[in-house]
Amino acid sequence: MTADSRTATTASANAAAVADFRAQARWRWYEPLFWLGAIAWYFLFPTYLSLGTQILCAALFALSLDLILGYGGIVSLGHTTFFGIGAYTAGLLAKHGWGEPITCLLAGGVTAAIAGWICSFVIVRVQGVALLLVTLGINLVLYETANKAYTITGGADGLQGIAFWKLLGVFDYDIFGRVAYIYTLIVTFLLFLVARRIVHSPFGLALKGMRENWKRMPALGAALRRHGALIFVLSAALAGLSGALLAESVQFVALDSLGVQRSVDVLTMLIVGGTGVLYGSFVGATVYMVVRDQLADLNPAYWYFWIGLILVVIVLFTRNGLVGAASDLADWVKRQRGGGTAS
Amino acid sequence: MFQGIVQVLFDGIAFGMLLFVMSVGLSITLGMMKFANLAHGVFAMLGGYVCTVLMHRAGWPFLATLPAAFIIVAVASVFLERFVYRRMYAAKELDQVLLTVGIIYMAIAAAAYVWGPEPQAFALPDYLTMYRHIGSFSFSTYGALLLVLGTIITLAIFYGLERTRFGAMIRAAVDDRRVALGVGININRVFTITFAIGSGLAGLGGALGINTLGLDPSFPIEYLVFFLIVVSIGGGGTVKGALAAALLLGLSDTAGKYYVPQTGAFIIYAVMLVVMLWRPNGLFGRT
Amino acid sequence: MTTIALATHALNKNFGALKVTQDVEFELPVGARHALIGPNGAGKTTFINLLTGMLPPDSGTIELDGKPVTDLPPHARVKRGLARTYQINTLFPDLTPLEAVTLVACERHGMSRQWLPPLSKRKALIEESYAMLNELGIGDQAYRPTRHLAYGHQRVLEIALALATHPHVLLLDEPAAGVPAHESGILYEVISALPKEIAVLFIEHDMDLVFRFASHITVLVSGRVLRQGPPAQIAEDPEVRAVYLGTAVHG
Repeated sequence: MTADSRTATTASANAAAVADFRAQARWRWYEPLFWLGAIAWYFLFPTYLSLGTQILCAALFALSLDLILGYGGIVSLGHTTFFGIGAYTAGLLAKHGWGEPITCLLAGGVTAAIAGWICSFVIVRVQGVALLLVTLGINLVLYETANKAYTITGGADGLQGIAFWKLLGVFDYDIFGRVAYIYTLIVTFLLFLVARRIVHSPFGLALKGMRENWKRMPALGAALRRHGALIFVLSAALAGLSGALLAESVQFVALDSLGVQRSVDVLTMLIVGGTGVLYGSFVGATVYMVVRDQLADLNPAYWYFWIGLILVVIVLFTRNGLVGAASDLADWVKRQRGGGTAS
Repeated sequence: MFQGIVQVLFDGIAFGMLLFVMSVGLSITLGMMKFANLAHGVFAMLGGYVCTVLMHRAGWPFLATLPAAFIIVAVASVFLERFVYRRMYAAKELDQVLLTVGIIYMAIAAAAYVWGPEPQAFALPDYLTMYRHIGSFSFSTYGALLLVLGTIITLAIFYGLERTRFGAMIRAAVDDRRVALGVGININRVFTITFAIGSGLAGLGGALGINTLGLDPSFPIEYLVFFLIVVSIGGGGTVKGALAAALLLGLSDTAGKYYVPQTGAFIIYAVMLVVMLWRPNGLFGRT
Repeated sequence: MTTIALATHALNKNFGALKVTQDVEFELPVGARHALIGPNGAGKTTFINLLTGMLPPDSGTIELDGKPVTDLPPHARVKRGLARTYQINTLFPDLTPLEAVTLVACERHGMSRQWLPPLSKRKALIEESYAMLNELGIGDQAYRPTRHLAYGHQRVLEIALALATHPHVLLLDEPAAGVPAHESGILYEVISALPKEIAVLFIEHDMDLVFRFASHITVLVSGRVLRQGPPAQIAEDPEVRAVYLGTAVHG
């Protein structure tokens, strides 16, 4: 420490401090690319709209998990619990006479949020491997319950015979999935904006604190139980909304909406894409779903091999998935060019 | 009624022994290197395939395939540990989980490619499919085999851990890795050998258990939950814990199937949840 | 209006058969610069953990500003003005010092659960955080991730985080641990420049630092308070010397 490293506290230094936070929240040049790409998909791949809708739902689901995991540092192996609750809520409402899409969507989100609030109490009791298992256990118990309660849920056959009404009273769900795609895209974008706000809010900073040093937080005045409840509510709501969205687009709720396989899939997407970087969930979901779509048709066994290999390679050789690798590469290039701003 | 209880006890403990043999390696590994190896089931699966290949292609008798499964899987595991796992001991547990998930995926695909996706045809030798009677109780010779072998292996493990020098090194490494290193124990070697033994036992269990659990490429994922439950309920790093948890699980599952068959797997998941919330470090784990 | 900032009465803690804290009566006056010393294993860090609420005592009470806090969880005690630092840096590796201190400021203002408004709008809070970093001499490190900071700077940040809660009692667990001798003095000047209203209790092994900065010393041995008093008195106490130098003290 130098003898006098105190910089003069001038107004400009203060302004720089505020500007630092603002800079973090600003839109990067590559961000609109994804959304433009999603719009272009509609025109370029009209026969793949249902895949596109599934990708968007998966990306939103992965984003909801990233909030808890990438930003909050809480590792959950059972996030599908909330996805499934949202899907079944929307589906059951429609099956029993209320098929208005937007209210069903919101109902899915609210029910999942309540479940999230209930589940949040475990995270202050258990951490680490035990948390992995408790979250997994909750997921499994719910799955088995849905499986056995086939009079309500349709069991292994899934919830069938649901029909959602016209969107906004005007747009009917068409067999090409056009309405579903546009609707999903708009909802996903809006929820993405919400997630962006969360990340750059005071709570977003508290989340990162929980990830970086869980133990220190109470020693700084943070009530972890309430922070945990809030992030579980927000994340579960987003997951439930993504589940309800999917139910509305395919007009069907499969039992695997609650399956552990989906929990592992979404974790895979996040690891492949990169955690704690907002767009990791989108990149990961796109890569995963596209590769699966292309390869799984050939032979289900081959698909498993390649996704396993991608996972192993990414975990062994990259710091934080594809987005992390891209950003590391960008830093390296900047340094090779003679160092831009070193910080 | 009484007969039913004895039946459940017998089958439940036999099943528990099987689970113990398959899971004990995972428990020690987790305790020693704090490494969450979810791909443990791959070794069990491999042992099962060794057994069926030797029996159907080479005509080996069933019992002879058991030590073969142990040895072959143990050797194979050394390569995995040496070249892949060792790089990840210091990694975040999420990364470890996903690395091992990737390995599971690759193993499932490879098994389906080599042996096909259908369940393997398997028949126990005649002397193991019989039922014996003692008084009014009947028990299967297969169940008796599980009990006997399980007991022998359990005793061997306890003896090995408590009475041999290598066992002492294992216990030291689980207890406090840094200090063990400090007193000159070659942690890497201890770990590799322990890992091999644990994986070999999983392979042995996989072969032993084909009759009960079946064998097809999705085995590692299907039974992953069982292993995780045994390890979590027992508390990582303790053989006692793994035994207690495996027996608890075997008994609950068997009792559940016997008395309330419609609840299915529900019971063991609920048991796991309750235990994890009550004792997050497992029944025998330490904080 | 009490002049005792922090007090314990008959505080006891056992780990099984091991008595780590035995019947400790302790008072920390407002504005104190109080050192807690003792041989390794005396239970000093345990005592701090009891004071902050990380460990529940087996018996006894703890009072902050005259009010009992024995049943309050750690974060509630922080809100009442009790803060601590750790012997081993317990920081946020990927956050910058500015982010870390801002985080604490948000907690203090009760806005840490606001999830919609942008953080960058809270100008006063950010500027206040930056100003604190400057005053502690690490303002020029404000934008680097904590894990890239030099160890000495990290130790200062360790204190900055606790200070950002605006405590009136500050517990420092070996603040100069691992800091080279020529830098630890600067660290302690930071401490002695703290507002007079804050009561400071620090665990320290370096006797030079203890005698330079402490107005009062408590000696803890095997969980018991051996002696409490002003430095001069402690320095000459034969029992204290025996504990530190061994019983073979002649003349």
